[in-house]
Amino acid sequence: MGEMEQLRKEAESLKDQITAARKAVADATLPDTVSSTAVVGRVQLKTRKTLRGHLAKIYAMHWATDAKLCVSASQDGKLIVWDTLTTNKVNAIPLKSSWVMTCAYAPSGNMVACGGLDNMCSIYNLKGKDGNVKVMRELAAHTGYLSCCRFLSDSEIITSSGDCTCLLWDIETGTQKTTFAGHLGDCMSLAVPGDFKTFVSGACDFTAKLWDIRDSNCTHTFSGHESDVNAIAFFPNGNAVITGSDDATCKLFDLRSDQELITYQDSSIMCGVTSIAPSLSGRLILAGYDDFNVNIWDSLKAERVGVLAGHDNRVSCIGVSTDGMACCTGSWDSFLPSFSFKGQDNVMRLCKQNKQQYL
Amino acid sequence: MTIRSNRDHGQHYRPRMFCLKKLQELVVGMQDPKNGVKGSEQKLNITVIPHVMTGQDIASWIANFFKMDADEALAMGTMMVAFGYIYPLQNHRKLVLKADDSFYRFQTPYFWPVQKWLAEDIDYAIYLAKRNIRKKGILEPYEQEHYNNFNKWLNHKWDFIVLQAQEQYRAGKERKKADRVVFDCQERAYWIVNRPPPRTHSAMDHGLSRLIDPNSEEEQTYDQYRRINIFLEQAIMRAKVKSSVSLGAFVKYITTFKNHDPFLSPCLPSNPWQTDDSTYWDINTRSVEIPTKMRVERWSFSFFELLNDPRGRADFKVFLKKEFSGENLAFWEAAEEMKWGAADSMKEKAETTFKTFLAPGAPRWINIDGRTMGLTVKGLEHPHRYVLDAAQTHIFMLMKKDTFYRYLKSPVYKDMQKKAINPEPHNFSEAQLEQNARNRKPGIDPIIIWQQEQEEKAKAAAAAMPVDVKQMMSKLDRKK
Repeated sequence: MGEMEQLRKEAESLKDQITAARKAVADATLPDTVSSTAVVGRVQLKTRKTLRGHLAKIYAMHWATDAKLCVSASQDGKLIVWDTLTTNKVNAIPLKSSWVMTCAYAPSGNMVACGGLDNMCSIYNLKGKDGNVKVMRELAAHTGYLSCCRFLSDSEIITSSGDCTCLLWDIETGTQKTTFAGHLGDCMSLAVPGDFKTFVSGACDFTAKLWDIRDSNCTHTFSGHESDVNAIAFFPNGNAVITGSDDATCKLFDLRSDQELITYQDSSIMCGVTSIAPSLSGRLILAGYDDFNVNIWDSLKAERVGVLAGHDNRVSCIGVSTDGMACCTGSWDSFLPSFSFKGQDNVMRLCKQNKQQYL
Repeated sequence: MTIRSNRDHGQHYRPRMFCLKKLQELVVGMQDPKNGVKGSEQKLNITVIPHVMTGQDIASWIANFFKMDADEALAMGTMMVAFGYIYPLQNHRKLVLKADDSFYRFQTPYFWPVQKWLAEDIDYAIYLAKRNIRKKGILEPYEQEHYNNFNKWLNHKWDFIVLQAQEQYRAGKERKKADRVVFDCQERAYWIVNRPPPRTHSAMDHGLSRLIDPNSEEEQTYDQYRRINIFLEQAIMRAKVKSSVSLGAFVKYITTFKNHDPFLSPCLPSNPWQTDDSTYWDINTRSVEIPTKMRVERWSFSFFELLNDPRGRADFKVFLKKEFSGENLAFWEAAEEMKWGAADSMKEKAETTFKTFLAPGAPRWINIDGRTMGLTVKGLEHPHRYVLDAAQTHIFMLMKKDTFYRYLKSPVYKDMQKKAINPEPHNFSEAQLEQNARNRKPGIDPIIIWQQEQEEKAKAAAAAMPVDVKQMMSKLDRKK
């Protein structure tokens, strides 16, 4: 037991050293750096399109790289691919298991993936003959629910799961290639940057980790949140990570100085963050909250510059298209037959609408 | 695999506790006799109920406390009602805060959602049974349905439930009338929150529960500690950039891209989402003849941007052809193919790449240092996805540091800048906007675009095959 004590003490002293090193590098605060930057002013986004069709809670949505198609997953057991400009449904894919929690669109546009409580990631081929969409692969190896998945290409996909691990799969053979283990709580979300060399995952152990795909080890761990990290995204320049957590704050972690630079919080916001997405330039950060709103933050001044209200239930997913022109939000709603997606000035809302608003 | 039914609103590992605790502090502040919300006694159906507040008071207190406007205060108040911290006296089924004279009361801490005990079905059954005993037929239809279901599922505990209900009913009768009414209201409010009537939202709905209990303390093993220490040591040794440098880089990036962000500045000719006119997308397709000025400007931001844009890459290729150094980009593309392409064709890709780019005397030999060349060639004997990584990075940096800057100063790029179009902003009238909305057409399916790209790539690959000199010579000889 003496050795354990020694190791524990060593770990503590190393952690102190890291904190000291980070302090040494933190020679400037955000307010000083941006004091000369112009204010962005109030940002008003209007609903442009409403996408109707789901019958139960929408859990996830993902844009395709052509910025016009998107896929959404809902617990009524359907994966719907939408043409957002015309609001037509391009594909409505029935799922074997209706408990779906995530969906993803491949960068080439050929495939979509989804997964959930069935612990599997199912990959659907959209370019099948006769226009039939069929299951191409079912990737099963996780021992917990699938919380998020993202394609790297047509042959590789990364998934994160409630069993605290992330896996890299080879789609053609349907086997797992690498396991990224290290989190102590359910992995809730993951994000991939533009160069596809690394990825970040956020988990219920209050941390976010950056993994190198090739070496399969964790290179950075970011802590600072006081509750589960629900949502995570890369800053557009690839050098920073933004996270959203149940403690109602969003934080910006810098990869190069290895620490948290900015926290986006307000004492009047008490609800957890469920989803997060940056705008194309990175100036605006859109975050969806549990209190049915989407708050727009100015990423440099750390102030709220807009609110997208109007959902009737928790905002479960948010995504900004690849050309930065539109933002789509999806929300929960229970028990209702009619479903509406509303777009707001470049925002498409995916939500279910109550027929009877109030009893 | 157990799937929890939608009715289980108990929070398995309490994912919401953090937010509820904060709300709780606020509620305690609101109940402060000096600075909190002012309450008074009100008459409700004969009985006098103490500590009743009006919706207006609550909303204005919140607005004052947080310095927010009335709408946001109303939303926050509704949130507190939805979670069960405040309950309405009239119209108890509708869990919203109305900024008028309707009456509200604070819920007793016993019924707060942060308490450790979950709202079990048994408790609900006892509650319904008690109400049934008090007056038959008082249950709502949905409650009646629940009650009948419980009779079936909890039949083995039914005697216990009825006994408990009777006991509670008897105990209730012995209380003072006012206390009884208050307690009934509180209990009713609690169950509306935890077992919501159909076709309403439930704020307690937190979705799927977490798998791992965050509160369980696990004993770390010796091995884990060693690995943690190694990780921490590596973390210390990693070079850290000064935060001022990082922050400066962010500001620079954001400012550079500011004009390209459609949320912050208008795009020409018009934003398709606002006017339903897809000209913007038509003039910005991957293979358009003449790109727009904004697009050309974006190529100059960084080498990565240039390569990522297919039109930009094509332009860069034209430049390289003039300089007779096209092999660098071709090698880079081959390496990308290797990384992301199909696994079964990897061996042949490795061979073609070796023959075309790396073998001594190869037709498109790339200029990399001896060490990298040695590593790559060795790795190609057992090819895997990342075998060309080292060489690719080397070539990328070479192109970035040298060729890219020459490209930006070259006549090819300057020409493109001049040719690039700056479309006139659209000015649609109301009638035209409506017509645009009617004429919306879906875009080209990305699958078709992908197929076109694959065909183009195949053609380009065929055209770039190294010319077999011997064959050519023999052809010429035969001609003679």
